Amino acid sequence: MTRTAAYVAAAAALAALIVVAFSVGRYPVSARELLELLYAKLGGRAQVPPLAASVVLEIRGPRVLAALLVGASLAAAGTAYQGMFRNPLVSPDILGVSSGAALGAVLAIFLSLGVLATQACAFAGGLAAVALVYAIGARLRGHDPLLALVLTGVVIGTLLGAAIALLEVLADPARQLPAITFWLLGSLASIAPRDLEAAAPLALTGLVPMLLLRWRMNLLGLPEDEARALGVETRSLRRIVVAAATLMTAASVAIGGIIGWVGLVVPHAARLVVGPDFGRLLPLAMLIGAAFLLAVDTLGRTVAPVEIPPGVLTALVGTPFFLWLFAAARGRS
Amino acid sequence: MLEADALAFGFPGRTVGRGVSFALARGEVMCVLGPNGGGKTTLFRTLLGLLPAHGGAVRLDGTALAALPRAEVARRIGYVPQAHSGYFAFAVCEMVLMGRTAHLGAFAVPGRRDREVAERALASLGIAHLADRPFTGISAGERQLALVARALAQEPAVLVMDEPTASLDFGNQVRVLGRIRELAAAGMAVLFSTHDPDHAFLAAGRALLLAEGRPLAIGAPREVIRPDTLARMYHVAVRVVTVGAGSHTCLPDIASP
Repeated sequence: MTRTAAYVAAAAALAALIVVAFSVGRYPVSARELLELLYAKLGGRAQVPPLAASVVLEIRGPRVLAALLVGASLAAAGTAYQGMFRNPLVSPDILGVSSGAALGAVLAIFLSLGVLATQACAFAGGLAAVALVYAIGARLRGHDPLLALVLTGVVIGTLLGAAIALLEVLADPARQLPAITFWLLGSLASIAPRDLEAAAPLALTGLVPMLLLRWRMNLLGLPEDEARALGVETRSLRRIVVAAATLMTAASVAIGGIIGWVGLVVPHAARLVVGPDFGRLLPLAMLIGAAFLLAVDTLGRTVAPVEIPPGVLTALVGTPFFLWLFAAARGRS
Repeated sequence: MLEADALAFGFPGRTVGRGVSFALARGEVMCVLGPNGGGKTTLFRTLLGLLPAHGGAVRLDGTALAALPRAEVARRIGYVPQAHSGYFAFAVCEMVLMGRTAHLGAFAVPGRRDREVAERALASLGIAHLADRPFTGISAGERQLALVARALAQEPAVLVMDEPTASLDFGNQVRVLGRIRELAAAGMAVLFSTHDPDHAFLAAGRALLLAEGRPLAIGAPREVIRPDTLARMYHVAVRVVTVGAGSHTCLPDIASP
């Protein structure tokens, strides 16, 4: 498959998935009704059943957009982290952003704060965890800086996990625990337009530096000495990338909870198709990430009488893919 | 151009060598010889500003290296590290293009001119045919040549090469040594390290002998590469013989059983 064909195929698949996601569900909307609705929205005159319009615009619309935003953001952050840590097997939460966000959210639920405050706490917790990991990791001198960061991330992540477990034990099993569990598995079920309004600018703010620095990002994939000898101030570049990727991940986690595997598996799949050059890789990873999460979320809300959290389905797809990847990587080397 | 003045070097918290002084001029080739663990790579990393000097100074065109931004250093000194296998499967041409980074703005991507420079660098080493192959999928010797091409794409005035011939077959060793002499003839200053003293005879105008971090001798290869200095560095018996009109080579005495 040529590179252009890969982008076209991913974009076409995404477009088709969007149409499917708008049509299927407890109240099916036909493709014709969708087209008429689009036509009416563009200023044309068309008769659309009000219920169909309300389902598409108010219920499915925000949810579809959220899936696209979260999927693309997690994939972009994963692509950046994998390039930066020179390791295709790291995920966006390598520096503890997910555990930090989870602790923030669980704490807010435990304190019975509102939905908005829970999201704010998740976002702040994610940023705070990464800032802490980064501050400690950067002080561990005399070690490989990347290894120091990763190890600090693992250690702090474990500590935050213990704090979350403690809160789960202490939480009210009838009222709070279901909300906590639901949040830890991720869900796009209760997305409201204002969630998107809050998360989208943050995710875009993270995306801009990645797009601008796309060539330099490649050099972070070289051994540290070489990147510096080629003229890159690796420390400041790494700081910018960590900040950008963390912002995108934290924004996603704050509205959708913890949805694993997307940021780990999608960048790798994209790299298999277009190679490691960040400028080519990033757009494809975002397209695939958006399509993957939209597919998973649409399946999750239609295949069973109860909603299946997207994190469960991404794990079902991600685990075999990951193992296959591992086996294939061994075969190559 | 590149100048070391009573330089002490090492890792944070551990000095591995001191007392190195030299000035490398335009068009000059200097070869660094020394046993494994003798501090050659650490010296090179310090000369490139990748490790801070533990004493003395490194100057580039008279300016203290530490005062120069990394991009400025990279426009003037090219670095050929010891061959590594690479983490990501970048195409060889992409790898070489990365040598252009110091010439690009922070947000820029390499353009047509950069691509031409990279292609010329590949062609000059006879590896144009590898351009689209993944860096991780070629032989160690080919990777070594690709890293040389990347340093040439930097268009530097000084080239620092850490064992550029280490993983090359005989033919490619000769080709790289020949290329070093061509580059010097065109005005580049070249500093390279090797484990083969003959390479100093073949390509260098000066040799720096480094043992346990201390300079043992520095001067014309014919004068400093002697049985006694080689014995002090490597602890083996070696004869230095003259072949034909002024060519020299080292012949180790291998004790017969």
